[in-house]
Amino acid sequence: MTGLASRAERRAGWLLSAPALIAIALFFILPTVASLALSLTDFDIYALADIGNLRFVGLANYSALLSDPLFWTALGNTFWFVLLGVPLVVVVAFFAAILVNERMVAWRPAWRAVFFAPYVTTLVAAAVVWKYMLHARYGLFNHALGAIGLPPVDWLGDPRWAIPAITVFVVWKSFGYSMLIFLAALQTVPRELDEAARIDGAGWWSRLRHVTLPAVAPAAGLVAVLAVIAMFQLFAEPYVMTEGGPAQSTITVLYLMFDQGFQWWNLGIGAAVAVVLFACILAAALIPALALRIYRRRRA
Amino acid sequence: MGPGLSRRRLLASTLAGSAALALGGCARSDRLTFWAIGNEAAALPALLDSHNLGDLKVQPLPWSGAHQKLLTGFAGDALPDLAQVGNSWLGELDAIGALAPVPDDVAAGIDPFPAVIESNRISGRLMALPWYVDTRVQFYRSDLFARAGYAAPPLEWQEWKRALARIRSQSGGETYGVLLPLDEFEHLQTLALSAGADFLRDEGTRGAFAAPAFVEALGFYKSLFDEGLAPIVTGAQIANRWAEFARGWFAAYPSGPWMIGEMRERLPAAMQGKWATAPNPGPSGIGASAPGGSSLVVFAGGARQREAWNAVRRLLRPDAQLALHHATGDLPVMRSAWTRGELARDPVVAPFARQLERARPLPKVPEWERVVTEMQIVADRMVRGEFTVRGAAREMDLRVDRILAKRRWMATRDKRA
Repeated sequence: MTGLASRAERRAGWLLSAPALIAIALFFILPTVASLALSLTDFDIYALADIGNLRFVGLANYSALLSDPLFWTALGNTFWFVLLGVPLVVVVAFFAAILVNERMVAWRPAWRAVFFAPYVTTLVAAAVVWKYMLHARYGLFNHALGAIGLPPVDWLGDPRWAIPAITVFVVWKSFGYSMLIFLAALQTVPRELDEAARIDGAGWWSRLRHVTLPAVAPAAGLVAVLAVIAMFQLFAEPYVMTEGGPAQSTITVLYLMFDQGFQWWNLGIGAAVAVVLFACILAAALIPALALRIYRRRRA
Repeated sequence: MGPGLSRRRLLASTLAGSAALALGGCARSDRLTFWAIGNEAAALPALLDSHNLGDLKVQPLPWSGAHQKLLTGFAGDALPDLAQVGNSWLGELDAIGALAPVPDDVAAGIDPFPAVIESNRISGRLMALPWYVDTRVQFYRSDLFARAGYAAPPLEWQEWKRALARIRSQSGGETYGVLLPLDEFEHLQTLALSAGADFLRDEGTRGAFAAPAFVEALGFYKSLFDEGLAPIVTGAQIANRWAEFARGWFAAYPSGPWMIGEMRERLPAAMQGKWATAPNPGPSGIGASAPGGSSLVVFAGGARQREAWNAVRRLLRPDAQLALHHATGDLPVMRSAWTRGELARDPVVAPFARQLERARPLPKVPEWERVVTEMQIVADRMVRGEFTVRGAAREMDLRVDRILAKRRWMATRDKRA
């Protein structure tokens, strides 16, 4: 390839990707930089009235945030959602994918539709229905518990149970999408491999461990990262189901940002919360990838 | 696809169609848009035609989202012609310059309670008109007070406390005197208003929680818990207040007019003759209260302010006020609506009027909601033994001064300018 041709090719490459790059710059990079700038000011209700009331405050919003116990509560709740939700999503989605990929199972398209349906339902409507199902006295869940002789649980009214209850809803709502990713990965596993393992006398479990799992490992990584990002950004579910209660036990970081920004109109502090959340998600997405790279280098 | 229906034509006709739809949506644009909240929004549409308010288009907002909706409406220049706003938000909406002042001729024809109209006056100008009021009085178990030898709760603090202590000892410690959930700021606020506290000083730029009046109220509040007259609980811990009230877990509970309907609906039939209402006690006779409720405002950016004020005037007529009261239980603002028969005669409602005559307006700073939230967090920790009374007052000043820092900066800048 001559220098001229490669330069022409490079130019064509830039040209072709320019629309996407411009869109990313406009709708992602610019707002991110803007909220970083906003988080260094004390933009509030007074600044809304008159921009002359705006002050540059440096890192004061961040120090105020770190000394606010509610911020730590919100951060703790968010981590709790992530720890509880991500493994659940990965496991449930994986086994759902195995089920709809299994040739022995009847009605496969129906199962696929049923598992994927929650993902496309309207979040708020589904949350309202789940609120009924989780109702302490009339809910389906407590009815089922009563049927097997267990005492009722005040799912959304008890600070210990509210996060698990909402997590179950979130997993039900979102596993269908992850299931599709797993399904795509499973369908790349050659049937011959599976059959060869079967002829060699491998049982269901060892086929899963030595044939299926290595093939879907990259997809599992992708699903986990996507689930982490989604769990960090949890807001609508607690907003609709508990309004952050009981006793602030379901206030997430994004909920705090919404409260500061739109309830009290402290957009400066709200932007600071957004930047902290951005850093958290970036770390959560990059650290596993880096760890994997280091681990591979060690093995090589 | 036939030649007569090219893609471009299809697109053009689609666009024209949606434009026609959009215009159709504005066909009734002669009607004034009115943002109403909660119960009022639900009850109002049925009342419009019979009270000559057919020109209003009511758009309902939930209480949980109304405040931010008003602010984002202001920021996005999408406010309606007129709106219902919670009294405590007026300071904020005025600070951002969203409100149009009330024209003199509209303000002239009404006779509201003085404290209630005062809470709509900001820096000497009337910026809104009160629509309905709510204030807190004590709901009490008349049978338990009668057993202790009181026809009604005494209206003087020390005497009131003695009554509560008697009820407690007569029940063998089963019954607390009064329920003051530790996550509700309103109870301490009522005591402080009754003692004559101002909460803030220097034009609302500093906390005044160390002032003698507030410290007196705070000490009285703490003593109720220390002497076992009030249970140390938060509202979230009480599964069902009405069931507990009926069971006799507490003898008195300060609440607002919405509680009347709740009591009539939720208490068992056997309890219905055994509860009543009474004004709040104060350090030396009947106490004060905060004039809560909602006001009607017209926005400064509106194109049809004259028509909007006209609608406000019609909403405040005594017949419309009474109709609203029947539909929602909201208490009328106008004294003329009170003197008309049934409200003045209802023994459960009458104490509210007596209390409203002694309402005292609260500071009108945009940060007020955050101030009282902070005040209650400290008061809660004081009750649990983390602070002394004076220590708690100092801590409140410290925290509230932090919230008001921006106001102080603006005040000093304006002085220099």
